[in-house]
Amino acid sequence: MTTLQVFDKPMCCSTGVCGPQVDPVLPRFSSDLEWLKTQGVQVERHNLAQEPAAFIQNAAVHEMLATQGMPCLPLVVVNGHIVGRGGYPTREMLALWTGVGRTADTLPGTSSA
Amino acid sequence: MEFLSRPTRNLFFTGKGGVGKTSLACAAAVFLADQGKQVLLVSTDPASNLDEVLGVTLGHSPTPVPEVPHLFAMNLDPEAAAAEYRERMVGPYRKLLPPTAVTSMEEQFSGSCTLEIAAFDEFSRLLGDATATAEYAHVIFDTAPTGHTLRLLSLPSAWSGFMATNTTGTSCLGPLAGLQSQQTFYQQTVRALGDADTTTLVLVTRPEVSALREAARTSHELATLGVRNQHLVVNGVFHAADTSDAIAVAMERSAQRALATLPAELTQLPQTTIRLSANGVLGIPALRAIGRGEPLPISDAAVDAGACPLPAGLGSLIDDLAAPGHGVILAMGKGGVGKTTVAAAVAVALAQRGFRVDLTTTDPAAHIAATVEGDTLPNIQVSRIDPQAETAKYTAEVMHTAGSALDDPGKSLLAEDLRSPCTEEIAVFRAFAQVVADGQDRFVVLDTAPTGHTILLLDAALAYHREVTRQSSQMPESVEKLLPRLRDPLFTRVLIVALPEATPVHEAAQLQRDLRRAGIEPYAWVINQSLAPLVVTDPVLRSRQLHERVYIREVTTQQASRTVLVPWLPEPPVGASQLQHLLV
Repeated sequence: MTTLQVFDKPMCCSTGVCGPQVDPVLPRFSSDLEWLKTQGVQVERHNLAQEPAAFIQNAAVHEMLATQGMPCLPLVVVNGHIVGRGGYPTREMLALWTGVGRTADTLPGTSSA
Repeated sequence: MEFLSRPTRNLFFTGKGGVGKTSLACAAAVFLADQGKQVLLVSTDPASNLDEVLGVTLGHSPTPVPEVPHLFAMNLDPEAAAAEYRERMVGPYRKLLPPTAVTSMEEQFSGSCTLEIAAFDEFSRLLGDATATAEYAHVIFDTAPTGHTLRLLSLPSAWSGFMATNTTGTSCLGPLAGLQSQQTFYQQTVRALGDADTTTLVLVTRPEVSALREAARTSHELATLGVRNQHLVVNGVFHAADTSDAIAVAMERSAQRALATLPAELTQLPQTTIRLSANGVLGIPALRAIGRGEPLPISDAAVDAGACPLPAGLGSLIDDLAAPGHGVILAMGKGGVGKTTVAAAVAVALAQRGFRVDLTTTDPAAHIAATVEGDTLPNIQVSRIDPQAETAKYTAEVMHTAGSALDDPGKSLLAEDLRSPCTEEIAVFRAFAQVVADGQDRFVVLDTAPTGHTILLLDAALAYHREVTRQSSQMPESVEKLLPRLRDPLFTRVLIVALPEATPVHEAAQLQRDLRRAGIEPYAWVINQSLAPLVVTDPVLRSRQLHERVYIREVTTQQASRTVLVPWLPEPPVGASQLQHLLV
């Protein structure tokens, strides 16, 4: 089974509602992750403000954060390998990285970047 | 106090800062203990002066009060609890994560939400755990949870939301997600609050229009949540003993006027009136007097005002404020301290010197704004930021964007998050940023300012956007440039407005600390509604005048680099000519 992990920048909530501006990418990304789950991918999401331990436990993530600092977040990790950094990928990228829907001609409900 | 004739087991006192919650909670506790009942008195004020009021050194566990058999008291400090929690969450990672990450994490735990939930957590430890207070006949709190906290905790999705690792957000409860083991306690506490047989909510207010309006709002909000056993205490009603004292007569009349228009929500409630005390309520004899409804003896023996000259008037600031020829002046403070009046007076003074001035007010009544405009000052323009309208607009926008991807429980949780105190701050902030940008070519005077917490969150968000996207964020230019502008002492001057009393001074000091955290240094403090510079003969007012000196000195020596004083007025000044009186 494919596992996808997202290591977010510190937020008080993953919708970013409490910040000074709602980033429209965040709710879109949340729904893309929901979709990924329906495709059988195991999805985990860690927020630096609430689960810093997860950032330490993953050696690659910890190393990246220590050397590159906060701009490397969010990091996307598939089966233990960092595949994306510094931005929220589109649904197409998520599908590509996790091998979801490879046989399908089109991706259901594909979101545009 | 009428609610003490058949008192419930739990008594919660609520009301805005400075209305006398702690004094009245103490008086109620002493009254009940004197009847031979075991009473536990709990203060949750971070700057509690319970020790001073009761004359005993208290800690975080029940301590007997020697002068009053059966009375035990303790201090809870939500600020310390929140700080402790923050350290527990962030501390272990200080050496492991880059400093920027640590700073950013810390800020997430520094909002008013964290403090609110931390306070509730403290309540719950006492109320939710029956064995913790089993030996007491009465448990008395000098604060009460807010409606926002109660609603959040009543939503099942709030719990299921952060119990599981989720992808759709963890809401205002997020900062305290580590406390989820308390769920049962929390729910029992929410239930206990709604039980009229065990719990009374005592709404404490003052005989002032804005304070009564605020009490009506709280009453309605909590009644909607099932907290219906409410009692109203109007604290500080004044009767002039010396009718030749014009100030005393005006003060009595102004209170009567406010009470004559008591909001409908409050007229239904059982009511107690407490006379304005001549001095700070200190010591057991004073508390017993309040419990019996007797006036406090006037005692000025303990006041050591020292040789502290009175600060100059508001007018003394104007030359320096006018010097740059343009810029932003912010009057900041808690509700009811007179920010709008101070902002309007400064705006009028600058306009009279021929400068172009925009006065922007968030005052819901916008009373002063209307009258300033009516006057003939061609170079002053008044505009309004309506906090309610801005919040509604922002809420709708968020529900439309962030909310659209959520299921129904997720939506209701998001909707409740949007009722948090942070939301209004952020919504107003966005309107605020646009107004500040106008300060380039004229004076902009505002009766509001964002808190340091909002500024720091914005700072982090902007830095992140810049670094990550390597391009400017979607934020408007006015927001991008806001922080450097606010931090520039030649462009922005913050006036902290406070009243010369213990709690208001303490609350203003908190605002100042929060601003300093964001790299903004207040320009001056304005002590408003002071009796100190007036001639009064009424014995109660004379005594209060003397006691004010203690807080004026605290401001001038410990808080402010510059202080001005505005005399007490029976009602907010109307029009440019009346505002001018403030500038003497």
